[in-house]
Amino acid sequence: MAEVGTSRVKRGMAEMQKGGVIMDVINAEQAKIAEAAGAVAVMALERVPSDIRAAGGVARMADLRIVEEVLSAVSIPVMAKCRIGHIVEARVLESLGVDYLDESEVLTPADEVFHLNKKDYTVPFVCGARDLGEALRRIGEGASMIRTKGEPGTGNIVEAVRHMRTMNSQIRKVQAMSYDELMAEAKNLGAPYELMEYVHKNGKLPVVNFAAGGVATPADAALMMELGAEGVFVGSGIFKSDNPEKFARAIVEATTHYQDYELIARVSKDLGAAMTGLEISKISPQDRMQERGW
Amino acid sequence: MKIGVLALQGAVIEHIRLLESAGVEAAAVKKTEQLEELDGLVLPGGESTTMRKLMDKYGFIDALRQFASEKKPIFGTCAGAILLADRIQGQDDAHLKLMDMKVERNAFGRQKDSFEAALPVAGVAPDYVAVFIRAPYIMEVGANAEVLAKYDDKIVLAREGQFLACAFHPELTEDNRLHKYFIDMVKEYRA
Repeated sequence: MAEVGTSRVKRGMAEMQKGGVIMDVINAEQAKIAEAAGAVAVMALERVPSDIRAAGGVARMADLRIVEEVLSAVSIPVMAKCRIGHIVEARVLESLGVDYLDESEVLTPADEVFHLNKKDYTVPFVCGARDLGEALRRIGEGASMIRTKGEPGTGNIVEAVRHMRTMNSQIRKVQAMSYDELMAEAKNLGAPYELMEYVHKNGKLPVVNFAAGGVATPADAALMMELGAEGVFVGSGIFKSDNPEKFARAIVEATTHYQDYELIARVSKDLGAAMTGLEISKISPQDRMQERGW
Repeated sequence: MKIGVLALQGAVIEHIRLLESAGVEAAAVKKTEQLEELDGLVLPGGESTTMRKLMDKYGFIDALRQFASEKKPIFGTCAGAILLADRIQGQDDAHLKLMDMKVERNAFGRQKDSFEAALPVAGVAPDYVAVFIRAPYIMEVGANAEVLAKYDDKIVLAREGQFLACAFHPELTEDNRLHKYFIDMVKEYRA
């Protein structure tokens, strides 16, 4: 008997993306450019995060025509974003056959208290997290993949670095604890105890962890890999750069060979300008996407 | 004996763990120079289009054809099987074209159709459980190939001499019997 939607099948899909780059695209043409550059998946959106930030207002799931267009344009997996806690957006995107859903803080949350019960869905979910507690809460709800949040749409890597360092330092701490300290630390982090036991025993999250939110150059992508990311999401960084094709290819290569500095130097030459960056302190706290969700 | 896992993208560490659990030395391969010291190679699951772009960039197509011509065994899982195939449904060209078979990409469907199921592998693992993710299947194999497992009447595991290809992901399980089978192939070709 075949079983679909098992946790092994949903988490396994993310395992296949490891070492790769997932790129935000807003139409079929961009999706094809991403695929040709070597993306392992594309995220179909109506606007990239920097445009969402600029437009203001309420950001919702993408126009479904765009999602369908992207689904038929490429053979690599297609992801899409739904609002945090928006059960129906998630179900609708699942019904279209999207390969992975991102319950994403880039969109305006639909529910400020409850995230989706992601175990209920056949489609796997990726969720953002700033620290270990947040990651384990999302995994407890059924997320099959985690990405550190960073600060989307800024082209500024500082928040992504902060979140990845925080997460991995907390993982090392939990791993080094004695068993009888785990419950108190679970309470402290607000994390499910069983998942704390997993982290203690294995020294890693039970699902794949990518980096996101601020990757703008090949060196940024390689930095996140160096810090322990298993792959990267690039949002505005590609199609808001001077030369998306070149940037996309260079970021893919730098992610694969993140410790080969001569190669990174070679692929980083003559790229043209990266996306314009944004200083985090210039974004008022209520406009920081990373603060959405808990 | 040392077996490599092509590490351009995909589920690399999982293969390395299973190979090591079966008692051989394993290494992640990112450069063609590393192939020299290997007795066999695994092409892991991942995205075949991504791996192909990177293989082209770093000269892996010719290097792996050379590797195969030295009679060294190669085991392709899912995307790896697509890389091995001589023919791909709906595409004018294929990748390494080492194994006489035709494959269809994502033939079992998209992620929503991904599944796990009991899959008896005759003589190797009668009670095997296989994980299929956006999986391809093998539409036809050449006269010299041996079909080792079928699911829903589709070929999902086949061997042709030094090449082994499966449509599913042994690396997502703790079960190393297929890796042991591959290690036996490597021993056979070393002798």
